[in-house]
Amino acid sequence: MARQHVTATINGEETDFLCETQQTLLDTLRDVVGLTGSKEGCASGDCGACSIIMDGRLVCSCLVLGVEAEGSTITTIEGIADGEKLHPIQQKFLEHAALQCGFCTPGLIVATKALLDENPNPTETETRYWLAGNLCRCTGYDKIIRAVMDAAAVMRGETV
Amino acid sequence: MNYIDSNLKVVGTRPIRPDGIDKVTGRAVYSADTRAAGMLWGKILRSPHAHARIISIDTSKAEAVPGVRAVVTAADFPEIASEEAFVGEGPMNFRDLSTNIMARTKVLYEGHALAAVAATTPAAADEALALIDVKYEVLPYVIDVDEAMADGAPVLHDDMFTAGVNPKPSKPSNIAKVVTFKKGDADAGFAQADIIVEGRYTTKPVHQGYIEPHACLATYNPDGQVTIHASSQGHFMIRAYTAKLLGLDMADIRVNPAEIGGGFGGKTLIYLEPVAVALSRKSGKPVKMQMTREDVFRGSGPTSGASMDIKIGAKKDGTIVAAKQVLRFQAGAFAGSPIGPGCMCGFALYDIENVDVLGYDVVSNRPKVAAYRAPGAPITSFAVESALDDLADKLGIDPLELRIKNAAKNGTKTHYGVTHANIGFEQVLAVTKAHPHWTSPVAPGNGRGIAMGFWFNIGGESSATVHVNEDGSVTAATGSPDIGGSRASMGMMVAEVLGITVDRVRTTVADTASIGFTFLTGGSRVTFATGMAVTQAAEKVVEDLKRRAAQTWDIPVEAVEWRDGMAYPAGSNAGAFEPLDLAALALKAGRTGGPINAEVSVNAQGAGAGFGAHICDVKVDKETGHVEIVRYTALQDVGKAIHPSYVEGQIQGGAVQGIGWALSEEYIYNAKGQLDNPGFLDYRCPVASDVPMIEAVLVEVPNPRHPFGARGVGEVPIVPPMAAIRNAIKHATGLQLTDLPMSPPKIRAASDAAA
Amino acid sequence: MPTVVLSSGGSCRELTGGLTTFEVEATTFRRLVLELEQRFPGLGKQVEESMAVAIDGEIFQDAYGAVLKPGSEIVLIPKIGGG
Repeated sequence: MARQHVTATINGEETDFLCETQQTLLDTLRDVVGLTGSKEGCASGDCGACSIIMDGRLVCSCLVLGVEAEGSTITTIEGIADGEKLHPIQQKFLEHAALQCGFCTPGLIVATKALLDENPNPTETETRYWLAGNLCRCTGYDKIIRAVMDAAAVMRGETV
Repeated sequence: MNYIDSNLKVVGTRPIRPDGIDKVTGRAVYSADTRAAGMLWGKILRSPHAHARIISIDTSKAEAVPGVRAVVTAADFPEIASEEAFVGEGPMNFRDLSTNIMARTKVLYEGHALAAVAATTPAAADEALALIDVKYEVLPYVIDVDEAMADGAPVLHDDMFTAGVNPKPSKPSNIAKVVTFKKGDADAGFAQADIIVEGRYTTKPVHQGYIEPHACLATYNPDGQVTIHASSQGHFMIRAYTAKLLGLDMADIRVNPAEIGGGFGGKTLIYLEPVAVALSRKSGKPVKMQMTREDVFRGSGPTSGASMDIKIGAKKDGTIVAAKQVLRFQAGAFAGSPIGPGCMCGFALYDIENVDVLGYDVVSNRPKVAAYRAPGAPITSFAVESALDDLADKLGIDPLELRIKNAAKNGTKTHYGVTHANIGFEQVLAVTKAHPHWTSPVAPGNGRGIAMGFWFNIGGESSATVHVNEDGSVTAATGSPDIGGSRASMGMMVAEVLGITVDRVRTTVADTASIGFTFLTGGSRVTFATGMAVTQAAEKVVEDLKRRAAQTWDIPVEAVEWRDGMAYPAGSNAGAFEPLDLAALALKAGRTGGPINAEVSVNAQGAGAGFGAHICDVKVDKETGHVEIVRYTALQDVGKAIHPSYVEGQIQGGAVQGIGWALSEEYIYNAKGQLDNPGFLDYRCPVASDVPMIEAVLVEVPNPRHPFGARGVGEVPIVPPMAAIRNAIKHATGLQLTDLPMSPPKIRAASDAAA
Repeated sequence: MPTVVLSSGGSCRELTGGLTTFEVEATTFRRLVLELEQRFPGLGKQVEESMAVAIDGEIFQDAYGAVLKPGSEIVLIPKIGGG
């Protein structure tokens, strides 16, 4: 199977790589580009652990092919922090203890970023439904929702 | 030393966990996140049949696929002699563990592994799997526990003669063993009862549902040394079982504990590691293996499905005088369900004079069950706590008052022989009674349910080291994989003992070659047992530091005290010396005896049992059968909450797993005994929009057997939810459900039947 | 003398020929295991490998040195793990 040459902007950097035509973007990011922060939980788009933002849209990278990334702008968990400075979402996840095993956390943080990019002031219900595509088995979601609401308030400048 | 009544500065606060930044930036390294040069991809061929004899396996075409470097079957694994053991967190025979990871003569469930390949790309491995030619003789199968026990059921093992019956049966069956627990005389007790409730309850198997599939990277080096990078609930367990199943020496295997993406009991044993090592040995290359989500559902151990009969008798005033239960648990393809704990837990919460529990461990054609959070207890308590609610109705007594009246206390002897000591059930009940959720009115149309739960919690073997580095900073290492934030608690206990701030303690999880043996992360034992080890190690360091200060000041060691991270002369008679902190003492470590460190290994006894009470309000849509959880409160005795956020997290997480167990999770089989829902779409775990905030109420009743009073907390919270929700549904609709899950079709069917 | 009670029917009763309560002379858990193995071959091994004991009400999962007092009651129960 001939590999395809793909160029994309990943986490703000122009990146190029070779991938097989049937390889998913998730596998490409993890095994070719070396970004293992996005996780495989199901490979069928049901758990959200592989969530990335592609051209401004929240997607499951296991449902996108590597070759489809040609010319696109992608943000993964590795691109959420600003160098060593954590994003408010990341900071609030830590303060609220919104993670236990941490496996779903990258996907949840990316999904939260996509939510707050679109709706800076979500209600608890809106937050729960937006994040319904991200399974967490450890926390029962309580502290996650609190962290997201708190991060949203920080980003609106209402609190620190 | 005991810190229970001390003024604590670190323990009980909520610092950010030391591994937190790695986890929120995607840097943390889990099982599947590493590569090695020349690495091959390993994949497993699984049986499509629920029950079949393996006539032959022809791997020649698979071996010829370009890129394939090794193919293994059971022929590449030594035959393991029958050896009963406690594997992971439940009884299992080592021969069965070996057969489970690679079938020999029969496949016993759809998904049973029977061959594996290692190839240069995943695609080549898949191609090779498809070319492995297996000839099966398909046999009739049985899955349901009652059907597996019936006469004429297909028998899985010709050498299974039920243990625990007298005389021993002459014909094999699917009943591996029978256990009984008796106290007093149940028949006499029932004769005294004014009111009796009886019921039959059934549950379906559910999976632990960890989001991270099993994975590992194994290398068999030319010198016979094996390295394994894998997540698990016990890297010492991986080492021991891999050694046993391959006939290797434990000392030749080094397991590096990767971060783990959930376990809940399901990762207390192994599936892939021996296969990966065998493939690596045959190919001469590192081999990476990863289960797909389908493999996880088809090939790894969920918990038992069960059928139960229960009978409880009470006096008019609510005193329970007799209780009887018959439990039938699925073990999966090999013996070893949690029938023991299942029989012990249901009535452990109550002071009942006459108890009779009978349990059956039954095999059937589905994956071998593995532990799942308080194994056995959630199932048995579904029946007990539902029956008690029905009893309360019949008696006209408030269900919480019924529990209060019959609650076990310190000194109550259970039906399995243990006498409760240092328990907090009464306190939990008192807090529950006064809680605003319980005292608030139920909204019109909604229903409220309450249920209780219990788990023993265990102690066991743990090792920990504490080093003071040359600059006075501290490294604390343990052998316990961190599955939920325990690393933070370890560092906090060390900081408290040393009298320093927690940011000066670096906590790590050491590999099998770098620290003493440590038993699994499970059984709610880490904060208790490993915490005990790390506390004792820190105390040894403090004694050592005092000795060094004494030497430095040239005064007797009795004249030195340690406070707030520094050595002080104890009183003016000792001398007017400036206090010495860790940095100062570490600087002169070479002159005062050498490096400053201590390693402690314990076999912790005295683990404190845990009790929980859950209150749940529901709203049931009778047209769709959908149950909305409107409000949920989980109260639990937690000993001493070392890091309260992570204690709350355990309670909230366990409660939501229970909500899934109650309302939507189940294995659905087709007519061929194959799983119809091996994925997260149709195996429905709760998502964020399914649940409200879970209020976790921590009732601190210290366990005097732990230096800080800690008690295990992780398992109790999954025990009450199913009955709490069932009782809430009953109070909302009048429907008395007895089968899990209480999914929309079941509620609709029950509504229609009642109409 | 300490008394042993078989709490779990299991395979224990087979090994004791149906006896569920009996006295022993042992003063520590280790000696108990040895005595059980001597009187009922196979029972000591089973207790040591796959059972826990409750000595005067407290659970011990594996401690040779646990002390048995003259009036101690020892109950044999299945080993307890977790998840």
